[in-house]
Amino acid sequence: MAVETLQPTPTTNQQRRRPGTKNRKPKSWKLPKTPGGWVVLAICTIATLGMLVPVYVIVATALSGGHGAPNFFLAFPDAPSLEAFKGAWTKLHGSLANSLQITIPAAVISCLLGSINGYLLSKFPFKGSSALFTVLLVGMFIPFQAVIIPVFQFLNMLHLQGSILGLIVVHIIYGIPITTLIFRNYYEGIPSAIIEAAAIDGAGIWRTYTRVMLPLSVPGFVVAGIFQCTNIWNDFLFGFILASPASWPATVTLNNLIGTTTVNYSELMAGAVLVAAPTVLLYLVLGRFFVSGLTAGAVK
Amino acid sequence: MRTSFRPPASAGLRPKKQVPHNVKTSRRAAWIFAPSLLVSFVFVYVFIGVTVYISLSNWKIGTSPNLSLREPFGGTYGEIIQEQRFQADIRNVVIFTVIFLVLAILGGLVAALFIHHVAVGKGLFRTVFLLPYALSFIVTGVAWRWIFSPSTGVNQILRNLGIENPPGWTTDTTVLGALNDPTGTDFLKVQFGIPVALLPIIFAAGWQLVGFAMAMYLAGLASIPEEHLEAASVDGANTWQRLRHIVLPQLWPSTITCFVLLLHVALKIFDLVVAMSGSGPGFVTDVPGIYIYNYLSSRYDKASAMAIILLLLTLAVIVPYLIRGYRRERKA
Repeated sequence: MAVETLQPTPTTNQQRRRPGTKNRKPKSWKLPKTPGGWVVLAICTIATLGMLVPVYVIVATALSGGHGAPNFFLAFPDAPSLEAFKGAWTKLHGSLANSLQITIPAAVISCLLGSINGYLLSKFPFKGSSALFTVLLVGMFIPFQAVIIPVFQFLNMLHLQGSILGLIVVHIIYGIPITTLIFRNYYEGIPSAIIEAAAIDGAGIWRTYTRVMLPLSVPGFVVAGIFQCTNIWNDFLFGFILASPASWPATVTLNNLIGTTTVNYSELMAGAVLVAAPTVLLYLVLGRFFVSGLTAGAVK
Repeated sequence: MRTSFRPPASAGLRPKKQVPHNVKTSRRAAWIFAPSLLVSFVFVYVFIGVTVYISLSNWKIGTSPNLSLREPFGGTYGEIIQEQRFQADIRNVVIFTVIFLVLAILGGLVAALFIHHVAVGKGLFRTVFLLPYALSFIVTGVAWRWIFSPSTGVNQILRNLGIENPPGWTTDTTVLGALNDPTGTDFLKVQFGIPVALLPIIFAAGWQLVGFAMAMYLAGLASIPEEHLEAASVDGANTWQRLRHIVLPQLWPSTITCFVLLLHVALKIFDLVVAMSGSGPGFVTDVPGIYIYNYLSSRYDKASAMAIILLLLTLAVIVPYLIRGYRRERKA
């Protein structure tokens, strides 16, 4: 499924003209023709506005200034100000930098490993490889609480406990199953004839990978990269348990802003905007690949 | 390196697969794959084994390991299942999972059906519905904590609608439709029913993940051949009949995928509850994830036992799903 969504679906002109089939290009801006069509449009609009309410609440509250919070969650501030963002930035910028330092290397390395594994599993299947792959996939679904004590002790042994490097290592290791799955599905869609041709020319496994497969893998890397960046940036559990204050990712610091007695909601919401911004931007700019990653994460 | 294309003898190859290559190449592939597999094996299977062992041991504080086995065998499990907190956690995670799954899957299905058929703005509607999925559970959690905060949140609207005493939401200890009333001497120490305090958390989780279900269903809808629907129309089937007999059956695979993936998210729920309420009064919003986290500082054995119970719940769903995927692949 993943691979299909990555590649443009071939549409013949004949198909395109037939009424009733969805035609993506040229974009149709035709208004509904039937009363039923208008009802569908109205329901979609209302539901979508409903989905946007929490987004509005976050932004409106974040703009309400640096002193506490408005008296009502739906209120839009009379005098919108960025004051709350100043406070949130002061508390969060270190953690945002940590999140970036954790996310980028962990996503890059786990994607590379996943790409190599996916290539081997799809193009050079060996005896028992699909069973081993299934065994590997279990790692994608386990609750991490079931391994957190050994992971903690392991990082302690290596003196990586509480460090950014320790978090990177953990994210890479637990990222291998999902990236392997995404790349395996992706490479299944690349014709094996290409590999055969490279083999005839005398290229071995590695040479075929670096010279033939890697150049063809850009869409796969975009999908897996977005998926991993979002997952790792949004992680809370590992950061919460394995990091120290100096290496806290942004999600942990945001959660700590809640405090114990009173909550400064305008600052909290400004913080939420800062933490959400990178993944939301990634989603809005590369939405198509984001959806591909979603369906790729589903075992068929 | 010369690669011969003679069909491989027997060892280590599945001849039906595409690439003709020799045993040597295949072995090499296995060796390159081995380190990833080994690392994953250690960090998943071996570490789970370690956790199982800790759950059976006397190890309490992390810094002073005590690896002697607890007497009687499995005593920690016997200890925790009698706790009020453990029972509240099981109730909460079951209620949370059931209501959340119904909400997200039905919501996603309905949203997909409408968005699939809308005349304009399909891309926009889809983008908005999936937007929350890009957020961290902590961001969602703080937003919904604010929306349901008792004095400034939705309760103001409820009061304007004439509801005198709106619920206290995440701090409310009411259990709706309670099946039992524990007296204190019973084995069951919590009321089984729907805790009001869980509802805001369920709404928040539903908001975040309904778009995921929608995306799965939209992918399923796109794969239904238009001809089938046209043929049914020609045969006189109305909209409902087409939905009931053609569309829904073909969406079944999407439903299974949504069900399994969302179920495992629900069982593992942790961040969202931490950000919205924590354990709550009388553990009314406590979940296994928080239980485990709390006991990491004082009782390794109890934290591990709960983690293993959570793992078994997850595997009960995931393993059949993965085996199904594996079988289908072998057939293909």
